[in-house]
Amino acid sequence: MSEGSANSQDYETVVKAGTAEKVAEFGGGPVSALKRIQHMLHKAPSMVPLIVLVMSIVIFGILLGSKFFSPFALTLILQQVAIVGIVGAAQSLVILTAGIDLSVGAIMVLSSVVMGQFAFRYGIPVEVAVGCGLLCGVLCGYINGWLVAVMKLPPFIVTLGMWQIVLATNFLYSANETIRSQDIDSQAPLLHFFGRTLSIGADEAGRGGATFTYGVIFMVCLVLLLAYVLRETAWGRHVYAVGDDPEAAELSGVQIRKVLISVYVLSGLICAFAGWVLIGRIGSVSPTSGQLSNIESITAVVIGGISLFGGRGSILGMLFGALIVGVFTLGLRLLGADAQWTYLLIGVLIIAAVAVDQWIRKVSV
Amino acid sequence: MEPILRGVNLVKRYGRVTALDHCNFELYPGEILAVIGDNGAGKSSLIKAVSGATIPDEGEVYLEGKRVHFQSPLDARHAGIETVYQTLAMSPALSIADNMFMGRELRKPGFMGSVLRRLDRPEMERIAREKLTELGLMTIQNINQAVETLSGGQRQGVAVARAAAFGSKVIILDEPTAALGVKESRRVLELILDVKARGIPIVLISHNMPHVFEVADRIHIHRLGKRLCVINPKDHSMSDAVALMTGAKEPEEQHAA
Ligand SMILES: Nc1ncnc2c1ncn2[C@@H]1O[C@H](COP(=O)(O)OP(=O)(O)O)[C@@H](O)[C@H]1O
Ligand SMILES: [Mg+2]
Repeated sequence: MSEGSANSQDYETVVKAGTAEKVAEFGGGPVSALKRIQHMLHKAPSMVPLIVLVMSIVIFGILLGSKFFSPFALTLILQQVAIVGIVGAAQSLVILTAGIDLSVGAIMVLSSVVMGQFAFRYGIPVEVAVGCGLLCGVLCGYINGWLVAVMKLPPFIVTLGMWQIVLATNFLYSANETIRSQDIDSQAPLLHFFGRTLSIGADEAGRGGATFTYGVIFMVCLVLLLAYVLRETAWGRHVYAVGDDPEAAELSGVQIRKVLISVYVLSGLICAFAGWVLIGRIGSVSPTSGQLSNIESITAVVIGGISLFGGRGSILGMLFGALIVGVFTLGLRLLGADAQWTYLLIGVLIIAAVAVDQWIRKVSV
Repeated sequence: MEPILRGVNLVKRYGRVTALDHCNFELYPGEILAVIGDNGAGKSSLIKAVSGATIPDEGEVYLEGKRVHFQSPLDARHAGIETVYQTLAMSPALSIADNMFMGRELRKPGFMGSVLRRLDRPEMERIAREKLTELGLMTIQNINQAVETLSGGQRQGVAVARAAAFGSKVIILDEPTAALGVKESRRVLELILDVKARGIPIVLISHNMPHVFEVADRIHIHRLGKRLCVINPKDHSMSDAVALMTGAKEPEEQHAA
């Protein structure tokens, strides 16, 4: 050992002597109540939308009484939210990777048109037609994913382009033709699968009570399944890591290309399922439906506390976000308010949600 | 003796900047090799080129005498090379345990793991806690804390613990003590010696001359994108090393230190 190092160690001898002690103790818990709330939200970012949801249900329940606070009205909200909730699940996955998918609505509609047209125009068995529709969603998602992950193009631009391409394809292919509900019922009832209902506590005539469409049940199961996958599997952790800091993720052994492509493919598949649910919801196969799904899904995601910068938030939050929008829409309508009030309040919620997200990010010591 | 890790004629260009200019590099089994050099000399570029983080424009990398073509850090990791990058490469929003096991997660035994792909959180947390305690860097209840709530030094500690826990052939540390206090730096040095005692060779990039001279078996001096010379810390003083790395002094004839 050189002489230099011997001298240099003098100031460190103290440290060497006491090696058994703990070196870097973490300070005690955060002090102020505000800090504690900040830390709690950092751990569970879906708490905010959950609280807002519960509060809005309580407030509308007080204002409207049983007109609103009934199994019928509350499950009606679920039915109205089903499409947004499913598309929002796809959107959540993409946004968690710090991307955005503007083509979700278009993929949904094209997939539903493929299911309908394959069954009716070509007379393909409806099971196969549905499979082709799902495959169509997967293919659109794969193109998005490949352009984002391999060509390294910005997701916003890629999906903006795909939105136009898919929508135009949808109109060209369908020739703007709607397939009527009666025809579906008589010839391809499987397309209405997600429109079937499960009623609990309805009266003789089938009125009132809680009514769950299969679409609603599918939405809830999908969100719960994705919540599990995102939390409890390696793939889920990788989705968060890629959104958080892609370079760090790659250096620490995440295959970011594979993760990104799988996320966009899954998003496409979920959108195709949304297309199937859409047929059940509106009855017919219509190439002009679902035009607002992009914005509505992004709204649900943002209100649900998922960060647009990626890597933070939970998919349950998205579901709460979608439900908040549903509660406001129905509640204000039952109150007889102008529909613009709904949009105004949603706008406020969006900005508030982003402000909370920024605040949570400042949690570090 | 054959080098365990060797780079030959490595070239890496970033636009007009040549970060590595026909650089050679050798790491021998069981040794601690320090790499020193001015900021911007290309030290990080060198270790990135041999650890798969970048693909060199020219040159070859050999591991245990066999030519390797790492396409990603994961490839190098599968080959047993574990690296602490200068940027630390951690996901800020994820927990310490998640970060330590990123890309090598443990799954539950049986059906839960093989079919439901469920992570074995308790086991990962246990191991992470154990590794951090060995390093003396953590109190136990905080293993689920998000990395972004740690101080810079604590983050560095986690990154070093991660590399030390998983490296099987080579461990590379790029300025691992830059953000650490005196005590934590000392721990890292002890850990480096521990790892060496386990027979695993280490590449240590550091600006801290006393530390370098204390632990290194050989010192690779890097200047202007290439290896200027290799010196033996027993034969040279720290001021020699600094003079060489800043260009104030020319190396004598190249001797295999
Ligand atoms: N990703 C990059 N893009 C552009 N230039 C880079 C990049 N990485 C390193 N460089 C340049 O290469 C040179 C060597 O950098 P680096 O290897 O980080 O040096 P050191 O680690 O010795 O301080 C510097 O001039 C730096 O600006
Ligand atoms: Mg460097």
